[in-house]
Amino acid sequence: MPRDSTQSPQTRLTPANSGFSGTTGNAWYGLFPLVAGLAMATALQFILPGAAGPYYSRIVIDAGIAIVLAVSLNIVNGMTGQFSIGHAGFMALGGYTAGILTHYGSMLLWGSAGRHGGFLGSGELLFAASCLAGGLISAVAGYVVGLPSLRLRGDYLAIVTLGFGEIMRVILQQTGRVIDDAEKFRSGGLSQLIPPPVGGAVGFDGLPKYTSLFWVYSLVTVTVVVAYRLKVSSPGRAMISVREDEIAAQAMGVDIARQKVMAFVIAAFFAGAAGGMFAHESGVIISPRDAGFQRSFDYVIMTVLGGRGSISGVLIAAAVLTALPEMLRDFEQYRLIVYALLLIMMMLVRPQGLFGIHEIWDLFAPFLRRQQKAAP
Amino acid sequence: MSLLAIKDLSVSYGAIQALSGISLHVEDGEIVTLIGGNGAGKSTTLRTVSGLLKPGQGSVEFEGKSIHGTAPHRIAQSRLVHVPEGRGIFANLSVEENLMLGAFSRHDADQIAADRERVLTLFPRVRERLRQQAGTLSGGEQQMLAIGRALLARPKLLMLDEPSLGLAPQIVQTIFQVIQQINREGTTILLVEQNASMALQVAHRAYVIEVGRIQIEGPARELAASDAVRKAYLGAH
Amino acid sequence: MADLVQTLITALAIGSLYALIALGYTMVYGILKFINFAHSDIVVLGAWISYTLSSKLLPRLGLDPHNPVTPPPIWVAAVVLILSMIICGLIGFVIERLAYKPLRRAPRLNVLITAIGVSLLLQNLGQLNFMFGASPQKMPALLPGWEIATLTFSDGESARSVVINLVDTVIFATSATLMLLLQYLVFRTKLGTAMRAVSFNPDNAALLGIPVDRVVSFTFVLGSALAAAAGFLYVMKYPGMNQPAHTIWVLLGLKAFVAAVIGGIGNVRGAVLGGFVIAFVEQFGAFYISSNYRDVYVFALLIVILLVRPTGLLGSPLREKV
Repeated sequence: MPRDSTQSPQTRLTPANSGFSGTTGNAWYGLFPLVAGLAMATALQFILPGAAGPYYSRIVIDAGIAIVLAVSLNIVNGMTGQFSIGHAGFMALGGYTAGILTHYGSMLLWGSAGRHGGFLGSGELLFAASCLAGGLISAVAGYVVGLPSLRLRGDYLAIVTLGFGEIMRVILQQTGRVIDDAEKFRSGGLSQLIPPPVGGAVGFDGLPKYTSLFWVYSLVTVTVVVAYRLKVSSPGRAMISVREDEIAAQAMGVDIARQKVMAFVIAAFFAGAAGGMFAHESGVIISPRDAGFQRSFDYVIMTVLGGRGSISGVLIAAAVLTALPEMLRDFEQYRLIVYALLLIMMMLVRPQGLFGIHEIWDLFAPFLRRQQKAAP
Repeated sequence: MSLLAIKDLSVSYGAIQALSGISLHVEDGEIVTLIGGNGAGKSTTLRTVSGLLKPGQGSVEFEGKSIHGTAPHRIAQSRLVHVPEGRGIFANLSVEENLMLGAFSRHDADQIAADRERVLTLFPRVRERLRQQAGTLSGGEQQMLAIGRALLARPKLLMLDEPSLGLAPQIVQTIFQVIQQINREGTTILLVEQNASMALQVAHRAYVIEVGRIQIEGPARELAASDAVRKAYLGAH
Repeated sequence: MADLVQTLITALAIGSLYALIALGYTMVYGILKFINFAHSDIVVLGAWISYTLSSKLLPRLGLDPHNPVTPPPIWVAAVVLILSMIICGLIGFVIERLAYKPLRRAPRLNVLITAIGVSLLLQNLGQLNFMFGASPQKMPALLPGWEIATLTFSDGESARSVVINLVDTVIFATSATLMLLLQYLVFRTKLGTAMRAVSFNPDNAALLGIPVDRVVSFTFVLGSALAAAAGFLYVMKYPGMNQPAHTIWVLLGLKAFVAAVIGGIGNVRGAVLGGFVIAFVEQFGAFYISSNYRDVYVFALLIVILLVRPTGLLGSPLREKV
């Protein structure tokens, strides 16, 4: 049976005393990362555009969306050791769902699809709710796609997820034109929703551009916290045990089926929500292409480079791989060549990824432990 | 010069030491048996000799030449043939195809045909089933096919890993008779067995291996008579 | 009736292409147990190498590759086909040696990721300007536009005719010949027996003196040559060639992979069967339901087959080793 030979048989999980902790009972301790993350998101929102200009702010937003997608994909690929290459399909599904809700919702509520209200105003709240809804719809799809994982292993499952992404892409291409006229939409009745008016092959244009640093990094915070909690929690350990040795995990009473499907559902939820952010980002028109495997591969590469199972590793990989091509615009045609070589070299030299299953703060763990020992 | 000489051979699987410095030799024309319990290191020894496992330390010489680190197919081509535990039959091929794979690296068509005839005379049951899928054979028939196939490689040294495993006593008798016959016709044999009493009956010399070390060695008849061996491996009281 | 026959002819031609590509996937899977994602890129290479060869060769014969007034002699097509098969075979050999061989004992997932890397690499190398460039090209017509036969069907008053073109005939005949040769090689020769033995258990094969690495290399060469043939035949039928990293190529490869899975991956005859099944589902679905969803039929069929019969139509039941 396939197993990751690069890991020692005993999976080393982050010790509970290293920095972030999964200890229960202390509400403040548990909430701290969330609050810190949201504070950081707010700070970014108000400081970065002024300090660095719109160009760099945009890159930081792109990086944030990539982080959510890569970290969530890592729950499936890194933690349960399954192999999904259809993550972009979930992203697109969530993006389109959220887009329908804000675009046509705005028309119904306010009579136009344009931006409505300021920071945290009613328009942004509709947007946040739409992203949430997009995540939920994707989660349902994640459940459906995750079900075959009960019967299929490894590469077969990879093909099913890839097929899902491609089916999403083809179906999105067959959708109808976007309705721009609010009056016409209000009076048009339900029949105009079939096929869904989301733009067909050209993409869903005209969405209000609500995506901002605040919203993206709030989502990043939630994603990272959930992924981390999952990793150190008992379900997370159960997931990792599924990856390390499925039969042994089963023998220990782990409900493999449940863990696998749950990983799919959670990952799909965050991908869908990130899709919502992507669809409403200024300068972006979400299109059927975004559901395709090429985009999925981008996220796979991020998880592989970061280390399947390492949240901080994947986070760093996602940020770097998003920012790098922007910095190297002139070398655009070499970008994917470099990625491809990185991927191949990585598998030959360091197949566990930069960080393996470890977190970046694990690198400092020996230091922390020494300190604790020194203290009386 | 010994046909096969193993000196101070150590092998480990990751952190687990499977062989810790074993030495043994096989002379031309002998049947040598390596007996010992489950996990003693018998199969590991054979798998290292045939190149499937990489030795950590020590030397393996066949016909005076080191075969340390040689690819398994090269070792097989030098006519040191290993019939692995579980017989190594290709269930997806026909019996005939399995058999003829034994002669894979030979090109002397006439001699191959003669050898094939000799093997089929030795194992009439195999001849009856030449056109079947090998996966449909019984355990005993598979063992005969595996030995017959190995003979088509014209081995100078034939290494058999637990040929009696999982077979009915009557079949085991037949197999061991054939082993002796092959040996009389000039093939040297290194036989790994858990069935120590059978092995000691047919072998000239024997080694007893325990947790990766050779514990006792000597003429098979002496070992069969020794109290220590009888107690530990022959079930005598 | 005419429509039915026309669809049937197209399905047979396309099906034989899928089958040719599927054979490469299935042989590599049979022997190394991983999906060679880069296989579809060999098809692309085959097509683009055919293009490059033709556009170099035709001017030397005094023919304009882009505006063929007189069709080139028929041997040109054969030469281009064989050369691109040889070149792609060599490329397949090099890829296996450099990227896959070092991972022989690595987890399958790592090999799969490597294969994705190789695929990305080939696509994007191919698009560099000193390679094939990133713009579409038109494949010169190497085959004369003969009509082999015209079938006329009358339904009551009107009569409609279906033309069988030389191109479709060549595609079918070439593929059938190659597949029969492969069949012979795999099931009737010593080397083929060795290939099947290695795919069952490489260690035990090595114990019989079979050079496993060479057999694996040979499998890659063979699969890549078949892929190159498919690439050549594909652009004979559809001369509008997309740039190497275009989605349409990946979809072609993916569908062929689906064909291999549906037939029972690892099974040579299954790959051929799967190729035709996919082509029939796709072509008939496209004609009788809607051509917009042709890719959906294929992937939907894949998912259904995987759920109902995970080992494919001709695959043997999975043996999960513990």
